[in-house]
Amino acid sequence: MFLINCPYCGEREQSEFKAGGEAHIVRPKQPTELSDDQWAEYLFMRKNIKGIQFERWIHIHGCRKWFNVARDTSNDVIKAVYKMGEKPPTN
Amino acid sequence: MTKNLRVKSSKFVDETYKIYFKFNGKTYHGYKGDTLASALLANDIHLVGRSFKYHRPRGIMTAGSEEPNAIVQLHKNTSRTEPNVRATEVEIYEGLEASSQNCWPSVNFDIGGINNFLSPILPAGFYYKTFMWPASFWKKYEYFIRKSAGLGKSPTEPDPDIYEHRYIHCDVLVIGAGISGIIAAKIAAKNGFKTVLVDEKPYLGGSTIYQNSEYFKINNQISSSWLDKEINEIKKIENLEIKTRTSVAAFHGYNFLLAREDLLDHLPFNQRNNKIRQRLLKIRSKKVINATGSLERPLIFDNNDRPGILLSSAINKYANLYGVACGKKNVLFTNNDSVYETAISLNSKGINVEAIIDNREEVDSKLIKETENNKIKVYKGYTVVNTSGYKRINKVTIMQLSKDGQKAIGSKISINCDCLGISGGWTPAVHLFTQSGGKLKFREEDQVFIPNKYSSDQISIGSCNGDFTIDEILLSVPKNIKQFLSIKKTDFENFQAHSSFNKSKRNIWLLPSDKNIGKTMPFVDFQNDATAKDIKLALREGFRSIEHVKRYTTTGMGTDQGKLGNMHALGIISETTGSKMGELGTTTFRPPYTPLTFGTIVGRNVGEYFDTFRKTPIHDWHVRNKAEFENVGQWKRAWYYPKSGESMHDAVQRESKAARDSAGILDASTLGKIDIQGTDASEFLNRVYTNAWSKLAIGKCRYGLMLNEDGMVYDDGVTTRLAENHYIMTTTTGGAATVLGKLEDYLQTEWPELDVYLTSVTDHYATVSVCGPNSKQIVSKVIPDLNFSNESFPHMSFKNAKIGKIKCRVMRISFTGEHSYEINVQASYGKSVWERCMEIGKEFNITPYGTETMHLLRAEKGFIIVGQDTDATMTPIDLQMDWIVSKKKYDFIGKRSLYRSDTIREDRKQLVGLLTEDPDEVLEEGAQIVADINKSPVEMLGHVTSSYYSPNLKKSIALGVVRGGKKMLGQKLIIPMENKKINITVADPVFLDKENKRLNA
Ligand SMILES: [Zn+2]
Repeated sequence: MFLINCPYCGEREQSEFKAGGEAHIVRPKQPTELSDDQWAEYLFMRKNIKGIQFERWIHIHGCRKWFNVARDTSNDVIKAVYKMGEKPPTN
Repeated sequence: MTKNLRVKSSKFVDETYKIYFKFNGKTYHGYKGDTLASALLANDIHLVGRSFKYHRPRGIMTAGSEEPNAIVQLHKNTSRTEPNVRATEVEIYEGLEASSQNCWPSVNFDIGGINNFLSPILPAGFYYKTFMWPASFWKKYEYFIRKSAGLGKSPTEPDPDIYEHRYIHCDVLVIGAGISGIIAAKIAAKNGFKTVLVDEKPYLGGSTIYQNSEYFKINNQISSSWLDKEINEIKKIENLEIKTRTSVAAFHGYNFLLAREDLLDHLPFNQRNNKIRQRLLKIRSKKVINATGSLERPLIFDNNDRPGILLSSAINKYANLYGVACGKKNVLFTNNDSVYETAISLNSKGINVEAIIDNREEVDSKLIKETENNKIKVYKGYTVVNTSGYKRINKVTIMQLSKDGQKAIGSKISINCDCLGISGGWTPAVHLFTQSGGKLKFREEDQVFIPNKYSSDQISIGSCNGDFTIDEILLSVPKNIKQFLSIKKTDFENFQAHSSFNKSKRNIWLLPSDKNIGKTMPFVDFQNDATAKDIKLALREGFRSIEHVKRYTTTGMGTDQGKLGNMHALGIISETTGSKMGELGTTTFRPPYTPLTFGTIVGRNVGEYFDTFRKTPIHDWHVRNKAEFENVGQWKRAWYYPKSGESMHDAVQRESKAARDSAGILDASTLGKIDIQGTDASEFLNRVYTNAWSKLAIGKCRYGLMLNEDGMVYDDGVTTRLAENHYIMTTTTGGAATVLGKLEDYLQTEWPELDVYLTSVTDHYATVSVCGPNSKQIVSKVIPDLNFSNESFPHMSFKNAKIGKIKCRVMRISFTGEHSYEINVQASYGKSVWERCMEIGKEFNITPYGTETMHLLRAEKGFIIVGQDTDATMTPIDLQMDWIVSKKKYDFIGKRSLYRSDTIREDRKQLVGLLTEDPDEVLEEGAQIVADINKSPVEMLGHVTSSYYSPNLKKSIALGVVRGGKKMLGQKLIIPMENKKINITVADPVFLDKENKRLNA
């Protein structure tokens, strides 16, 4: 069970959080303009990286805020935590 | 006559304190400080159990938690019974009762022993290959296998003991209180780290604490006396917490560990009442020091499993710690120096050592010289090729080893004995290290895996790191801890430690025999009865990966996870296939290190605390009026209210009829309620529901469907516009939390620009729903100040009102198809409003109804229940609810998915009504629907989702999903059941009052 540093509350147990899948997938502004393939790309296609992955997490049993996490999926080490709307760290 | 094998007294066992216990029904005695194993050995009992597959007699093999054989059942047939307990870990107490497992009828005469004689036809994979075919025979095989095999029996009565969980946060956790752990804990604590030291045993000091020999010295003191002083010192350190009888079960990432602390298991029952038996410690430590020690390896040779064959280190421990001789005629067999320490110990206690068989040819050390000086015969360059004695070893047969170690040569020599100690060197206990994600490396010179890469802030020290002797430990441990904790100086600089061990070792994983391997029984995994020849067979049959060989042969799959034999299994694979040990890797060690009881895992979460449940403010009334309850999410909802003598069917029929004939009342407080405010509230609803919301007038209600982005129905409910920028949304009972979560998700991540605030108010309001032709009469008397005319208060509208001084919100909405009202009041007034309605409704025979009747009534009307009539594959179009999908709105959640190539298929499963040919035949929910029963294979068109007998229509009605069902109105289909076929007709899903006359009445 890992520890997550909620950007609003500080470090808490993983059991207070819920994962919400890959981060930085923006809902298309004009879905009706998209082909089936383009819509499917947004709807279904997700990465499954071994290494640093950007993910959405919510502090569901805390402040209920969504935020982003950069997690190394090979060892669960969290490299960075940043708020919604912020860009992923580059290093 | 029982024999007494107690030798010179030990300071760890109190011989003035006699304890009586029972083993297999017979009474014995031991002393305070004994384990069950040491007490049995003192009574000359080695035979403790039968092996898993061949039912071979097995004895005590070790003196610790790695024990594979001596596993017993405690307190059989009582509520405190516990199976699979290691006799080597049970501390005896007055009244202890233990019995052998895996034997029937008794350990001395065991029917399953026949398997031993059948062993040539019971090779690895035998169960897979034989009992699986033909499939129909499995039931027969299973009966016999279950009866004659299997380990202990689970308790059948509730556990009377109390367990709890506790969190521990510390700077440094030291696992293992042997010499290395004690040094580490002292350094850490003295340097200001908040330190916790745990050990699974009841005493501190590991194996050094009974190392009383001139040959092992620290600063010129005998190692055990030196350590004793250190232990007394660390007990006084304030920021050091020491926990004995505490076994670390799991080492997870981020230095999160689980440990079991035994508090009562060593005490008689009369001292256990109302006390906590075990604690599950949830430890978060900034740094972890693994000082888990090492386990002695057995040697693999023919018949190496007989009672009386023990690890040499165990014999040493029984003699020195418990003052017990394991035998009167001991023989030791080794590939390294450790048995000489045992031999000297035994000799000093007057325990006879007949001979030592050492597979090394040219060895010399101080220890060996001393042994030979004591007139103990040492056979150098020899190996044991066989043993004999069915229930107790009585003889070993030895032969010379060829130069290459591959063959047994020369003539056989027999040595009589009653105990054989074996040592194949040492294996670092890296289980916890690898659980945490650490990676091992293989050290060729002594053939051990040692820690290499750490996954968190931790270190391994002492023998679990491959430093086996006290001189190595005193050199490396302080140095490593200094670095690990960034400390300048320790109390352990310039220590002189002296060990007489010579480190040479002749490692032969499978010792040769004069017989063909097929005729031998060299056990690798003692608990699961896997032999070296099973491993070779698996390799011959093409298995290569260690994980596959493990599963095929069951090596390492017992309750001990193969703590003794896994290395040999690897070694044999490596030798047979010619691959390198380091490249083979090890099998995965999984938590728990030693088994945990369920009680410890659940802690206090038992009985009514097992799961939380939610009650409505009207709950007590339902209980008083004998409602049966149904679990919906975490809610307890009234299901139906049986009158005396009524079956569930009777009650539901009565309630359903009353609701349509006059009046019914339902506690709808569990519906999810979300308060939505903000200048963009209307726009927000437009985006989350499929229909249009902007034009909904204040004071009006509207039903909405919510989709997932994939177009599938997610939730539904009525939302009311309370004010310009203020709505109250209702959700399904089960969906309340996830709907709120989903809405928050969109607001926070996709549409942060919207000015909308969501608040869950589910618990703040109680909702009383009154329906039926007389509902208006009743509710208008409950709320006399409100105008209930159809013009002023039409269907799908809302009013603020007061009942006396109590403010309430009244909605005229309906889930039954009847004229009905929902009264929402502050939760604390819920019960009084309910009782008021009951009182006033008396003259109209107002009838409380539960969820079952609610479901029946809505099914008559063709209203769906999300999650019952839908699963995650139904669009609103599939539900024939096209009317609720706005064509005008540019976008809403899920809209784009409604015209994906897959969602516009016409042969999707669609919701339809189903009527049976026989109106009294009620379908089973979940039953499959087909068109042609003779087609092969039979094509499944769909299934029944809701089915009831309607007392109002006087016939059976059902809803179901059928492929292309929309266009099949009137078509006849079949529901094949086990003993019959039911003829049905596809119908309109609205069975009652399609014109909504009753709603608007
Ligand atoms: Zn938070």
